[in-house]
Amino acid sequence: MDTAIKTDRTRKMVATLLLFAAVFAVAFIFLPVLSEKILVGVILLLLAGMLFMNNDTGRYVCKRVLLAILTVFIIATITFFAMNAIPGGPFSKEKAPTAAVKAVLDQRFHLDKPLLVQFQLYLEGLMSGDFGISTKTGRDISVTIFEKFSVSATLGGWAVLTALVFGLVLGSIAALNRNKIPDRAIIFFTTLFVAVPSFILATLLLMVFCLQLGWFGVWSVNAPNYVLPVISLALYPMSYITRLTKTSMLDVLSQDYIRTARAKGVKERLVIFKHALKNALIPVITYVGPLTAYILTGSMVVESVFTVGGLGVEFVKSIGNRDYPMIMGTTIFLATLMVSMTLISDLIYKVVDPKITFD
Amino acid sequence: MSETTLLQVNDLRTSFFTDSGEVKAVNGLSFSLERGKVLGIVGESGSGKSVTAYSLLRILTDSGRVTGGQVLFNGENILEFSPQKMHSFRGSRISMIFQDPMTSLNPVYTVGNQLREAIRIHTDRTPEQVRERALEMLQLVGVNEPEKRLTQYPHELSGGMRQRVMIAMALACEPDILIADEPTTALDVTIQAQILELMQELQHKLGMSIIMITHDLGVIADICDEIIVMYAGRVCERGTADEIFYNPCHEYTKGLIRSIPTIGANHDKLIPIAGNPVDLLNLPKGCAFASRCDQAMKICLTDAPEEIRINENHIAACWMNVKKVYDEAKEEESK
Repeated sequence: MDTAIKTDRTRKMVATLLLFAAVFAVAFIFLPVLSEKILVGVILLLLAGMLFMNNDTGRYVCKRVLLAILTVFIIATITFFAMNAIPGGPFSKEKAPTAAVKAVLDQRFHLDKPLLVQFQLYLEGLMSGDFGISTKTGRDISVTIFEKFSVSATLGGWAVLTALVFGLVLGSIAALNRNKIPDRAIIFFTTLFVAVPSFILATLLLMVFCLQLGWFGVWSVNAPNYVLPVISLALYPMSYITRLTKTSMLDVLSQDYIRTARAKGVKERLVIFKHALKNALIPVITYVGPLTAYILTGSMVVESVFTVGGLGVEFVKSIGNRDYPMIMGTTIFLATLMVSMTLISDLIYKVVDPKITFD
Repeated sequence: MSETTLLQVNDLRTSFFTDSGEVKAVNGLSFSLERGKVLGIVGESGSGKSVTAYSLLRILTDSGRVTGGQVLFNGENILEFSPQKMHSFRGSRISMIFQDPMTSLNPVYTVGNQLREAIRIHTDRTPEQVRERALEMLQLVGVNEPEKRLTQYPHELSGGMRQRVMIAMALACEPDILIADEPTTALDVTIQAQILELMQELQHKLGMSIIMITHDLGVIADICDEIIVMYAGRVCERGTADEIFYNPCHEYTKGLIRSIPTIGANHDKLIPIAGNPVDLLNLPKGCAFASRCDQAMKICLTDAPEEIRINENHIAACWMNVKKVYDEAKEEESK
């Protein structure tokens, strides 16, 4: 009975998916632009993979990528209409341009057309890889995003790496020296760093090490110095990972399989680094996946304090400026990044924990 | 110490140092194990059975420490081994299997990985030979489709299968002693019988000694040559299986035997041993079992009983045996 219902449901789902595939196949044949053909073709391939692949993981990845495309599309739609629902526009400022100039500008950015047509035009541009140009600076959005993201990503990448390495090491040290001085010291400082807001920490670091001691130069585009921004960005996640690793490590060390490993003569070093650490990593990975996306996309606060020109600051600025193409571009970019990081961390999860199955 | 004695434990003492004080889990335990024999250690939870086993392998948790005694393996005191020597000793000379096969295998490594690790640690085989040995061991313990099992993770195997893997892992380096810490407690009854049978069969085939730890007298009745009954970290009674079952000389043993369910017996109810296990933080001055003993006498509360030899195969630490001798002598006199 139960399996009958299940197969019935599966059949319905397969039928629906095949219908989708057919629609996309027709679209594939009739769509004129090459980039649109490529996008539709990819979706078709993913649908086929989801339906007919023999490999569980493969099917799962196809499904997740399809869902990711859908998610990004929905986010783009919501953002587009939400930002247009707010009164005002890119060219309504205190120093308003003359009516004639505004009319030309509106026409240039399609703002004179109905909203749905605007959305359609935007999507068409997007399909051919065109994010448009900024209403503020007139620069190509994709160039700006790429430029700013490379700064944010370098900063974020180092911060994640620092947080992960120090977090794991300190967490393990704390767990292995439970209730001794190293443990207490580590827990004291990590609690402190979790509690201090990043703007206070960033300002403090800036004042002490840049201005008073002069160990590091103040950030400039020509001489970027990542040390202080990385530290202020990494301290919170590092502290969090440390505490997570400690708890998880202590839990793992009291498990039966650790005793088994000891009983069969495994050296203490290997008991910790082979048998315990891999198990202890599982909860840490859950945290690090979304964290990476969050940090890579740039931190407004830290970037502002250190005057690092990154994507985080740019995003906030674009909202203030009503720079529609810029808002859309960064939103789509950040959403894609977030969705991919989540997918990647789920896949890494599978590598570490064999009990996870995809279906 | 005779020629055939493999393991000799003298006055072993193990304590756990906790915030509320010293928990004396093992209090002067002595026994010996002969080559190729099966020794059963019986007692209720908290009687120090498992702690004894962990002390032998020196795998106590951080708060636990052996505070005294000797563990002589072939005449060498294990307790004085260097950590390096201990690593190569564990798993090769004395191996151990545990109570719960569901949690005793590492969930994130394949069965093959863990089995091969056990072999690799103690031998200089090539990877190919290690693999062959792993397959051979799986076949020996009766695991079907051994090739496939090597690539599987523990959660893909049933409980009985996992315990077989544990046994394969423990025996892979042909140890002299296998310590089995309640190996069947977590398994269902039919699987229990299979595992016990397997252990017996392997013991005959490989000739190692087994220390079988259990709280279930019924489990070890068939397979043990000698049985130790433990209470509060001490030996209550020690003797051949026949002596323990048919001539128990300690009130605690008698209680344990009364609480075994038997098929066809006319008891309406099983008779449990009243009371709770003794508080190991504050051991009483006299016999640890006295507070739960129906037959307790004045001396039981003030003086710990010494081990009294009942016959050449039987020792018991209970004042009742002294009383019996005394009563008999008095009766003789009055005649």
